Amino acid sequence: MNLHEYQGKELLNSFGVRIQRGIVVSSPEKAVEAANKLTEETGTSWWVVKAQVHAGGRGKGGGVKLAKSLEEVKSISDDILGMNLITPQTTVEGKLVHQVLICEDVYYPGETETSEFYMSVLLNRSTGRNMIMYSTEGGMDIEAVAEETPHLIFHEEIDPKVGLTGFQCRKIAFNLGLNGTSFKEMTKFVFALYTAYDKTDSALFEINPVLKTSDNKIMAVDAKVSLDANALFRHKDFIELRDTREEDPTEVEAGEYGLNFVKLDGNVGCMVNGAGLAMATMDIIKMAGGNPANFLDVGGTADAKRVEQAFRIILKDKNVKVLLVNIFGGIVRCDRVAQGIVDAYNNIGDINVPLIVRLEGTNAAEAKKLIDESGLKVESVILLQEAADKVAEVLA
Amino acid sequence: MSVLVNKDSKVIVQGFTGTEGTFHASQMIEYGTNVVGGVTPGKGGQNHLERPVFNTVSQAVEKVGANTSLIFVPPAFAADAVMEAAESGIKVIICITEGIPTRDMIMVKEYLTDKDCTLVGPNCPGVITPNEAKCGIMPGFVFKKGRIGVVSKSGTLTYEAADQVVKAGMGISTAIGIGGDPIIGTTTKQAVELFMNDPETDGIIMIGEIGGQLETDAAKWIKANGTKPVVGFIAGQTAPEGRTMGHAGAIVGGEEDTAEAKMAIMRECGITVAESPAEIGKLMAELMSVTA
Repeated sequence: MNLHEYQGKELLNSFGVRIQRGIVVSSPEKAVEAANKLTEETGTSWWVVKAQVHAGGRGKGGGVKLAKSLEEVKSISDDILGMNLITPQTTVEGKLVHQVLICEDVYYPGETETSEFYMSVLLNRSTGRNMIMYSTEGGMDIEAVAEETPHLIFHEEIDPKVGLTGFQCRKIAFNLGLNGTSFKEMTKFVFALYTAYDKTDSALFEINPVLKTSDNKIMAVDAKVSLDANALFRHKDFIELRDTREEDPTEVEAGEYGLNFVKLDGNVGCMVNGAGLAMATMDIIKMAGGNPANFLDVGGTADAKRVEQAFRIILKDKNVKVLLVNIFGGIVRCDRVAQGIVDAYNNIGDINVPLIVRLEGTNAAEAKKLIDESGLKVESVILLQEAADKVAEVLA
Repeated sequence: MSVLVNKDSKVIVQGFTGTEGTFHASQMIEYGTNVVGGVTPGKGGQNHLERPVFNTVSQAVEKVGANTSLIFVPPAFAADAVMEAAESGIKVIICITEGIPTRDMIMVKEYLTDKDCTLVGPNCPGVITPNEAKCGIMPGFVFKKGRIGVVSKSGTLTYEAADQVVKAGMGISTAIGIGGDPIIGTTTKQAVELFMNDPETDGIIMIGEIGGQLETDAAKWIKANGTKPVVGFIAGQTAPEGRTMGHAGAIVGGEEDTAEAKMAIMRECGITVAESPAEIGKLMAELMSVTA
């Protein structure tokens, strides 16, 4: 589950991680109030206005801007709020901005030069342990750093028996070229950051940049935080951090029905039982000359109600030209699923796209008979290859 | 022989009296699996499905000699159940539970490093050795006895592959569902190694998906050590980057864990890669020179 920057920063700060301070608002008037408040609290004379959407590369799309006066705070906030922010990580339509974060300016001049670093905490899947990945090259696209200067990216793996140790924190601060006050600040920063990651059951922290200010403070200027959705039962207070406006409305609806659904932009809808078979079905659609319109794992109980909900979700997408059902019945009996399909078809009434149903496994023959005799405009097949051929035939 | 489970496995079910545990234990018993009892804390001393219920795994090991455990307990308690099984001396632990927090699995993986046991899963369909033991939630009838080993991250795609193998005139020695989570006990490589060393397995089907490096690691091992033909398939060629496709581990993070990248490495390592999931059985039959 992804959080907004402002939510991620609040979460980090609650574990003692120093952050660039800010106030989230949803109107230009409130933005000015927030700017005044920040100046009272921090003495900042400039402000940064940052669009709050779940996508990286916000600066590139014009979603992050410096304001040097209260008038600019107001006009920039007015521009960004309500815009469709297009970044390298959004779709071409972009993402509607509902909120902006008004932040203190932390790049003020002082006794030393400022420096920017990169730091993330994530699972190393090959070892089954968490690691801190960090680099001297902050504020840039980390994929580009990995490509061009891989020797500037460092890793520190955490032993689950003892957690992050003091010497590891020092090693990170040394590798980042720090000394004196900023060195001490960095060791504290890293320790607090990892503690926050561990205690909140997070799946990813990405802080880019981590800033050394001109007066040698270390702070998170941005925060990408993703929580482990499977661990939310331990963190009930995090559930309200979900912002469904950032998600595809059809996906939100599908989730409420317990369907595992991902919206894609193709022309062949599919309903499958099991995640692996669902991905394989998408692949076979592509090979048949189509493009998958979605991923949909209907789960273990493909009864009439769920089938109907799944059909309704898929058919909301007007790009769908064919609907392919692929069920391998194990414990689920194919004839029951077939009856579910017939009932769903009759309940919905106006299904205007061809329906191809592939049912294999327990009672597959009975299921095919049931569908063939239903009088509905449904093509029924048993082999996966036959299903692919039918899709190709319809699209041709 | 076969691998991991067979007719001599003494199987218990953790979460025995719950809805899932009860249903699947009955199915396993019906299949002929040697289910010797189950564990539900607080219900020890009762009988369930005509088998004894124990409070702890160690009692089940002591009283009925359990050596294999199937875990059906809810996600919040599943990590604890795996560690209890390991501590009690269970040799093969198969965790079906889906949705265990990653943090719990990091602890489990660490805990198991010095224990003499094999964990399969979590978030998996289990392991089946046809005509001997069904230790999982798969439909037993699909898996006809034969000499092809299957290792897969997915449930229904395993059934699909097994069905194709049978229709192509062959059968299954053992099928291992290793699970679709980011951290799992038995890796693709370890499962492949078991099959390479199994005298009852002649060919191996390896089914993976986007995300992680398990298939790449297995492919490299096969190139160096393989002695039997391998057919591979990677699901998710059309999956978009950065989206989780059902399985918690099925997410493309970078160029290396896409389906294309994995298939390319598998080909380089001498594995026969199925472009289409409908060709898995056919390709295996060709390698085995079998005609249906």
